[in-house]
Amino acid sequence: MEQKNLLLKIKDLTINYNTYDGIVKAVEGLNLSMSNGQTLGLVGETGAGKTTTVKGIMRLLPDPPAKIVRGEIYFDGENLLKKSKKEMRSIRGKQISMIFQDPMTSLNPVMTVGDQIAETIRLHNDISKKQSFEEACTMLEQVGIKGERAGDYPHQLSGGMKQRVVIAMALACNPKLLIADEPTTALDVTIQAQVLEMMKKLIAQYNTSVIMITHDLGIVAETCDYIAIMYAGEIVEYGTKQHIFLNAKHPYTKGLFACIPDITAEDNKLTPIEGLMPDPTNLPKGCKFYPRCPMAGKECENENPANKEIENGHFVKCHFV
Amino acid sequence: MSNVTLQESSELVPTYKKKSQKAEVWRRFCRNKKAVVGLIMLCVLIFAAIFAQYIAPYDPIEQNLKNRLQKPSVEHIFGTDELGRDILSRVIYGSRISVSVGLIAVGIACLLGGFLGAIAGYYGGSLDNVIMRFMDIAMAIPSILLNIAIVSALGSGLQNMMIAIGISTMPRYCRIMRSSIMSVRDQEFVEASKAAGASDFFIITQHIIPNSMAPMIVQISMSVGTAILSCASLSFIGLGIEPPTPEWGAMLSTGRDFIRNSPHITTFPGAAIMFAIYAMNLIGDGLRDALDPKLKD
Repeated sequence: MEQKNLLLKIKDLTINYNTYDGIVKAVEGLNLSMSNGQTLGLVGETGAGKTTTVKGIMRLLPDPPAKIVRGEIYFDGENLLKKSKKEMRSIRGKQISMIFQDPMTSLNPVMTVGDQIAETIRLHNDISKKQSFEEACTMLEQVGIKGERAGDYPHQLSGGMKQRVVIAMALACNPKLLIADEPTTALDVTIQAQVLEMMKKLIAQYNTSVIMITHDLGIVAETCDYIAIMYAGEIVEYGTKQHIFLNAKHPYTKGLFACIPDITAEDNKLTPIEGLMPDPTNLPKGCKFYPRCPMAGKECENENPANKEIENGHFVKCHFV
Repeated sequence: MSNVTLQESSELVPTYKKKSQKAEVWRRFCRNKKAVVGLIMLCVLIFAAIFAQYIAPYDPIEQNLKNRLQKPSVEHIFGTDELGRDILSRVIYGSRISVSVGLIAVGIACLLGGFLGAIAGYYGGSLDNVIMRFMDIAMAIPSILLNIAIVSALGSGLQNMMIAIGISTMPRYCRIMRSSIMSVRDQEFVEASKAAGASDFFIITQHIIPNSMAPMIVQISMSVGTAILSCASLSFIGLGIEPPTPEWGAMLSTGRDFIRNSPHITTFPGAAIMFAIYAMNLIGDGLRDALDPKLKD
């Protein structure tokens, strides 16, 4: 991958949750890098470790039980895992910000939305309350909400508007990296499209890099340049949108695509991936996908496959490519 | 915002007017008639306390044994007590002590308890354990006993009594604050604020405490009355206010001996205590509703 203007580089990141039932290996040996202006889609089913990974980047994991066992996260050339709490606070919101899944609960119910955006601005900029409030109003206009609604409380806004407010908050300080954790899951489809469209516009305008967490391949197709498919704490396939959509190699990725309904096909049964995610306290020894894999062979059971680059920038973690 | 017409709002566009949160709360508070009545009652009390020497018709400690145990009359509207002192004057002067004890003792309890509870609830873990076990110990001791112990350690007097009452009611505040903070702490907006780079102090004061105030406010308005009564009971056993100084609770307890033939001695200070407690309850209820934006309009 290109080394110039590298924004984020994750090396061998391993995150465990130490619980009473044993050690949950949420993320294991994860490598990832992205450069400025890229949009990366992080795709995987529930429990694959997507949110854990990004919270690890933000250093927002609750410790205990979560523990970053090893690995390095370089952001703009600096290792985030070596930063003090105070340094991290100045990075969060200013350099890296995050959009949460549910807009209903990610806004403070007793504060007006304008105040909440203004507060984020004031945390990182030394400006007066009045100024920051005016900036908050401008931000609201940017996401398509009238400025005079700044005095409203979250319960007076609809779900889609709340998510717009959350996006305005996240972009208020013009961060270099925006992490969107399933930003449209809680919205209905028409609003999803609007919100995504608006996000795309703002991302281009601010030249922000984005990590988009989702399990909706449609959203990925619409917004992302690069895609990483996660399974059981590992990235099993990584490549550009074209690589993944046109030339998917990993059986898990293929399985995901088989789950998408095809309206042109006569047969209206879907082809699900058989089985469930493995118990994270007791992961398979070899390839994590082995128990569910239709192609599984002998070596899969005991040997974890290496990451192979099958074409320029397209990595697959499987014995059979 | 529903009352802003379209025309007005288009005028607002260039400079967005910020509605002050305090003004908003105040407006909502004023809409609640009961709360306003409570506030007026409290103002009357505070007024009486401040200007006691101008309002009271007699000296509250001047004895007149010829006139003892008089029923209410034109000269003595509330009658006189067993030493011939004018009860109206004593009730008015008594408001000084009762109101200040009520408010300050509760203030101490709620600041100290609220602070400790907030820390315990937010950080959890062993810090929570240490704080809460101390609170459990304090709660296990009957509050009157704790009061007596603290006052006798610090020496009697108004100030020490306030501190004692404050400390003995603190565990309740601590528990309430802790539990409501724990219910707010794990909500997503707290995490969102963390992700925006806010410090713990900022998150606690800006996000968590405003969202967990409702039970605290109710508790405050309820326990002002309890504090006045604790003050009375401490005075009764001689650890609070020294006898000639008028104090509602002390008046009640000395009037007990004469309740069969002269019930007015206990009726009026009792009514005064009720008045103060009722005022606080009305204000507390109104304030809780005013602070919740969801009940707006």
